[in-house]
Amino acid sequence: MKNEEIRLKCHKIVGGYGEGKALVSHEPICFYLTDPKTGIVREKDHELLGKNLANTVLVFPSGKASSVVQIDGLFKLASHNLAPSAMIVKDIETVLIVSAVIAKVPLVDRLEKDPFQVIHTGDRVKVDAEKGTVTVGSCIPQS
Amino acid sequence: MNLTREEEKMLNGEFGQGTQSAIELLVAIGDAYDAEQMIPITRAHAASSGQEGDLYFVELLANGGAKCRVPTSTNPVYDIKFFHKLYKVPSYEAEVAQRVMEAYKRVGAILSWSCIPYLSENIPLFGEAVAFSESSATPYVNSVIGATTNREAAQSALAAGVVGKTPKYGLHIKENRKGTVLIKVEAALKDSFDYTLLGQFIGKRIGFGIPVLIGIMRRPSTEELINFCAMSNTSGAVPMFYIPGFTVEAQTVKEAFQGDKPRDKIIVTDAELKRTWDELQTASGKIDFVMLGCPHYTLKQVAEAAKLLERKKIHRGVSFWICTSATTKTLAEKMGYVDAIENAGGSVVVDTCIDEPCWSMYKDKVGMTDSPKCAYYRRFKDVVVAGLEDCVEAAVKGKYE
Repeated sequence: MKNEEIRLKCHKIVGGYGEGKALVSHEPICFYLTDPKTGIVREKDHELLGKNLANTVLVFPSGKASSVVQIDGLFKLASHNLAPSAMIVKDIETVLIVSAVIAKVPLVDRLEKDPFQVIHTGDRVKVDAEKGTVTVGSCIPQS
Repeated sequence: MNLTREEEKMLNGEFGQGTQSAIELLVAIGDAYDAEQMIPITRAHAASSGQEGDLYFVELLANGGAKCRVPTSTNPVYDIKFFHKLYKVPSYEAEVAQRVMEAYKRVGAILSWSCIPYLSENIPLFGEAVAFSESSATPYVNSVIGATTNREAAQSALAAGVVGKTPKYGLHIKENRKGTVLIKVEAALKDSFDYTLLGQFIGKRIGFGIPVLIGIMRRPSTEELINFCAMSNTSGAVPMFYIPGFTVEAQTVKEAFQGDKPRDKIIVTDAELKRTWDELQTASGKIDFVMLGCPHYTLKQVAEAAKLLERKKIHRGVSFWICTSATTKTLAEKMGYVDAIENAGGSVVVDTCIDEPCWSMYKDKVGMTDSPKCAYYRRFKDVVVAGLEDCVEAAVKGKYE
């Protein structure tokens, strides 16, 4: 198995450390439209429909939907230990920051490279928000 | 972030734990955006919701003795007494809602329980810096009124109301208020439901951004603007928009883009709006309930519903609900609209949001609404989305065709 790791600088928004398999969404995410008891996305027509957010490193462009439900959605996932272990976003917004602060999920932005270019679903990713680093190990299967 | 001596004292807990928790959240947000300082705000609107995430934070502040330093209004939860008379709301959820409502009272909020407080209970003025959460409120306040607010969360807005300040970032800075996407409207935009579809389409299409709309020939009504705001900021994250000539801040397209070029240009035709509407349809035929007032109905909309129901009866087995504020219902009662709606078999309910556990009796039912936002939250088995007239007609016939 090829084991390449790249380390990228990022900007801390909510501190902490999290690691897991990457789950990449090119569409904005509303945490309320996940099942709080499983972590599975249930938003109709969403590219992550049926995928599980729990304990992943979630890579997505931005949050969406009303402020009310976004925070409640992530808070409920977190209270069932089903929140992402860390989140990497492109366009930061206040609602998402508050969601992450209240659910205590590490959150970073401003990756030195485009996260959608360097991170793919299934990659092993470590997010150290305190140090401002993201480490990506690619998931090339054993041959 | 550079804090004043008073802000430092708040952060050190000298004004109590509640204020300390509030300013801690504001500092975290300020740091995320590299804000250099806090600015005073004149008012705030907390999108309270009666849900667990909401409860956690408002009780943290209330139990820590925090009090709002500037007028801070609240979003609807639900009218607990009213719904408990009707049927049994799941007890855990009822307790959460009760505790949320009490905690907002303890922090000294204006108990407006309205998602459109900018029309009556808590009205910003042009140029004021404020902190308004709630999907329709943020873009309405920025674009239609010309006050400045970021796309706040309930918690950051409440924290700002308690501290009386917000970090200076985002839409409080002029250069961040420039348009990002040019929208050429070729659709006719006949009524407020067309504005609903326009908002739904634009939010979904651009995601996060500040659209500048051209091609709108007629001045949009208050209700049309509310619908556009609510939907574009639900299907996407649209904290502000421009319709040069009708919204207040930029008189020309060039001014709206502050001399820059749009990153994208989108044309909206009637066919796009029709497609947007078709995508929202997941059911037809027999309906069990009609749910209006997401966002809360204005007095004008309650009057329209009352007029459409004149000399009509809601079909047996169909429930007909309009959600509005206590302020609006009081006037609607005086003006006879509430009687007209009740005589036809409908109900006007206050303090209540469509997205609350009080509606769990409709969990397995098919409903109809004029708000894609109501359908979006998937509290019900299926929801047909159409304009008010269609909703009333279906309520009377018992089905939508």
